[in-house]
Amino acid sequence: MAHLITGLIFIPILGALFVSVAPRDYGRAVALGSNLMTVLVALALWRYFDPATAGLQMITRQPWIPNIGAEYFLGIDGLSLLLVLLTSVVFPFALLAQRAGRGFCALMLVMQAALYGTFTAQNFILWFLFYEMSLIPAFLLIKVWGGENRDRAATKFFLYTFLGSVAMLLSFLAIYLVRGTFDFAALAAFGKSGLLPGKLGWLAFAGIFLGLAVKVPLFPFHTWLPDAYEAAPTGAAMVLTGVLSKMGVYGFMRLLLPLFPNEIKIMGPALLALAVCSIVFASLAAWGQSDLKRMVAYLSINHLGYCMLGLFAVTATTAVPPREAQAALSGVFLQIFNHGITAAALFYFVGLLEQRRGLRGLNDFGGLMQRTPLLCGWMSVAMFSSLGLPGLNGFVGEFLIFKGSFALAAGYTAVAVLGLLITAIVFLRAMQALFSGPLDESCRELPDLRLGEKWIVLPVTLLMFGVGISPQFILTIFNSTVTQMVRLLG
Amino acid sequence: MSNWIGAHLWLILAVPLAGSLVILSLTNSRRTAAAALAIVGQVLAFVLSLGAFLPTLQAPGYRVFTNFTWFTFGEQTLRLGFLLDPLTAVMLVMITLVSLCIFVFSVGYMASDKNFTRFFAYLSFFSAAMLGVVLANSLLLLFVCWELVGLASYLLIGFWIKRPSAAAAAKKAFIITRIGDLGFFLGMLWLYGQSGTLLFYDGGNGALESHGLLSLGASATFIALLLFCGAVGKSGQFPLHVWLPDAMEGPTPVSALIHAATMVAAGIFLVARVYPLFSLGAIAGVTPSLTVVVWIGVVTALISALIALAQWDIKRILAYSTVSQLGLMMVSLGVGGVVAGIMHLLAHGFFKALLFLGSGSVIHGCHEEQDIRKMGGLRGRMPVTFLTYAIGMMALSGVPLFFSGAWTKEEILHATLQWPVSRAPHFLMLAGVVLTALYMTRQMIYVFFGHPRGSAEHAHESPPVMTAPLIVLAVCVIAFSVMLTPAWPWLFRYLAGATASFAFSQLIQPGLFIALALVVLGIALGVLIYRRPGELDPMEQSLPALFRFLQHGMWLDELYDRTVLAFARGAARTSDWLDRYFWDGLVRGFGALGSSLGSFTKGFDERAINAGANDAAAAARDLGGLISRRHSGQIQTYLGVVAVGMLALLLLYAWLT
Repeated sequence: MAHLITGLIFIPILGALFVSVAPRDYGRAVALGSNLMTVLVALALWRYFDPATAGLQMITRQPWIPNIGAEYFLGIDGLSLLLVLLTSVVFPFALLAQRAGRGFCALMLVMQAALYGTFTAQNFILWFLFYEMSLIPAFLLIKVWGGENRDRAATKFFLYTFLGSVAMLLSFLAIYLVRGTFDFAALAAFGKSGLLPGKLGWLAFAGIFLGLAVKVPLFPFHTWLPDAYEAAPTGAAMVLTGVLSKMGVYGFMRLLLPLFPNEIKIMGPALLALAVCSIVFASLAAWGQSDLKRMVAYLSINHLGYCMLGLFAVTATTAVPPREAQAALSGVFLQIFNHGITAAALFYFVGLLEQRRGLRGLNDFGGLMQRTPLLCGWMSVAMFSSLGLPGLNGFVGEFLIFKGSFALAAGYTAVAVLGLLITAIVFLRAMQALFSGPLDESCRELPDLRLGEKWIVLPVTLLMFGVGISPQFILTIFNSTVTQMVRLLG
Repeated sequence: MSNWIGAHLWLILAVPLAGSLVILSLTNSRRTAAAALAIVGQVLAFVLSLGAFLPTLQAPGYRVFTNFTWFTFGEQTLRLGFLLDPLTAVMLVMITLVSLCIFVFSVGYMASDKNFTRFFAYLSFFSAAMLGVVLANSLLLLFVCWELVGLASYLLIGFWIKRPSAAAAAKKAFIITRIGDLGFFLGMLWLYGQSGTLLFYDGGNGALESHGLLSLGASATFIALLLFCGAVGKSGQFPLHVWLPDAMEGPTPVSALIHAATMVAAGIFLVARVYPLFSLGAIAGVTPSLTVVVWIGVVTALISALIALAQWDIKRILAYSTVSQLGLMMVSLGVGGVVAGIMHLLAHGFFKALLFLGSGSVIHGCHEEQDIRKMGGLRGRMPVTFLTYAIGMMALSGVPLFFSGAWTKEEILHATLQWPVSRAPHFLMLAGVVLTALYMTRQMIYVFFGHPRGSAEHAHESPPVMTAPLIVLAVCVIAFSVMLTPAWPWLFRYLAGATASFAFSQLIQPGLFIALALVVLGIALGVLIYRRPGELDPMEQSLPALFRFLQHGMWLDELYDRTVLAFARGAARTSDWLDRYFWDGLVRGFGALGSSLGSFTKGFDERAINAGANDAAAAARDLGGLISRRHSGQIQTYLGVVAVGMLALLLLYAWLT
């Protein structure tokens, strides 16, 4: 079983090679075939994963470059598996959504391999390699296949995240110099008593924080995101928001929280304030957009703000009641998954509208319900899921996050719920502009959802309902991991 | 039977829900199937509700619940449940019966609509969600269904999607109720954190039982007030009532459903359901939270009754009347008359459904005319509608003996009289009784009496599929009044958890005469003032400024638009601007810093390390160039950063070894 993870990482890489040598018209088919295999491997991983065990499972550990402490060290716990499954859902969805040539598909597959690696690597050097490996395809996908302003957006995206990465790398070098290891578990053991002494510790914390805060992104390090998502082609935007944004949240949980528990606690109120700013300002900014893609991009920042709120509420509090911490962290984990599928679906629908109309402004449409009722209906499901309507997935995660964070940081949470209201305003305003009123002249010929398009969104829509009505099958994956995390914090 | 239904309460809401899903999958042409499915589902739900109601009669204080685990997170379980007690039982019967009448009426009213099937799918969904609200044994499940009620109302108010005004009204309803729901949400989180459970009843450990209540202490007041915010939004209380009159944009059966059986009833029900939270630590039945409820109710009841006096739209008059009656119910709950408040909710459910459907029949008969100035003289042309409407009007005004509203109003007035804090609510509610009689008389005269004006000249009676539900509801209104007489107050006692006996002498109460006098006063005044209905309202003639003020709902919409909304829109624009220029600029400033670092490295490179590698230096300069935009190929920038990074790494490595 241990080699399943290795398989997961190398299938997309091989897939990318095959795509580049395949005949021109078969590139996408090969990429989808590769994705079918990774889905099967991910399902096998889920099947053989023991949810009752809290620690790492299915460990592969080989020496790699011993004199700098680099190891080929892979393993999964509940959090890793959750993200692996999310990656396996979003990538096929994105590839199906985008009619693209070989280059696009190959880059997507390289990015997919990098993401699997990021979510399963347990040694910093290996992790960082994968972490950076995802950056280059993302950059090229925006730069080559992007829309308007793609050069500027791609460069901005690249520089932001790369500078964040450099800061993170330097921090880890400092850690290595003092502690002599890159092993996550070994480093976490030092965390409680202080990983690094004095100012150096704060410097290292700041470096890693910066890298991750840019990646999530956390207010005010988010300004690259609307430009990048706006310029990115649909398939790439789906993956950027669905999976890549989760690398930051994952990093917070896997690196910052175990390695710097004291620093993060001291910074608690400031971090909570940043999370609340992410939630409120991003949703307000979404309200101020007239471009659908930018609007969804801002709401993505808002939704990841909820993740950060739950996380920081737990880490900011001394003597955390386990009940509340478990609620908040379970909520954060669920939100990671929910946001991944819902935001990807929203970008898919925006892509469909843009593809049909050639424009994607809020005012370029009108009365679509009369012309394309199916498209409106399915898109509404994704929108209601995103605004947290009970019965759909978004609500469960947000409820748990708010339950935990209200008990731990009531004031911040009370402000953060404003985000729920503003999100509703943003979506209802969009629905009013797009779907209702008299049919816009320019929309008279738009075709409704085609059969193939219905099949593409069916799986994620079912997941939205499934998680919303009976979320246990997702929660089971990480219940033990959450319990253990809370115990380690206590 | 009693145990079976107690264990299968979910069926009551599952039947209409399943019906709704099946109808949704039908094509537009399957009209008969859609209507039949919806109506059969509602009949089944009604039968099941009766089945649930009967066992609750057996003993005072009957209560059964079934709890189940929704999911496990961490090491905890989150449980939901269904509950059957007298409060749930009477609500079930009222909701299913009134909804059934409305469904049947809709078959006629919506006959020519293109999206007939979708309409019935939404109606069934609405009813299912509302049944979930009253069946829930968990505040979370109640909240879930509560939000689904909101979704259903959004879909139905905006049903005529081509009308921009309908879409705006639907959005407004959803957003304004969601403002209240934020309070509800926080109150729920607080309650969950304090008592560790959201179940109402759980064999002694529920949030409404001794164990849960004990753990609350002083926070109960805040929790109750936060939950009340939700009720204020949903039940159209001041200052969040502004969505309710606009909700008239939906088809008339939807208005009937929203105003009678579902939606607005949810807020009153919520307060009644979590009443132990409101009354915790009460001294002589008074707590701070209940006092807030009373005054909000008083303000709502009075201002909306005044506004109703100055409306021209037949449905808007009824809408403001609903707001006013809901205020009255809140007053009743606040002063401790929980049973009276719920009884009024039930009575109101029947007669308001009757009035709305009656107004639908009038609108239908007058070819979609809603302005009462263009009606008149319909008494002869629409006899069934007229008679049933008159019954509804008398029930709403509170004409004693045979009309249900009278008894419940009398109970409420009686309860307000005993409130130890202040007598003001009592007298203000007496004024409300006069106003109610007045605006209803005005409406009756304008619509049914005098000479036909405008489209009323060609009016015709509605088909039987529409008049039959009117007759059924009218019979319900009168039959219900029999159940409410003080001579045999079994329904009051049953809801209060006590037994009752028959005593004819109790029929005549002193309060009844006061009520009668006030109602007669109101009607007489109405006849006097509005005896000659015409284009101009008498009040409009004598007090034009006041009339305009009331006609526009006291300009509250405009006030909100210029204050709260203007602020929020400004905040949205500012956030967008800050994002584009300030935060981005800040980060670019840091970038400039990096760029000067880059040029420094470049110099260092050229002179000290690798004077020949001009390419690398150019790349490093390009890093800075990003900010000053002098460059064209940004890929070099990337290489430049890599070069700098590699250099730093090499230096570090050298230093290490």
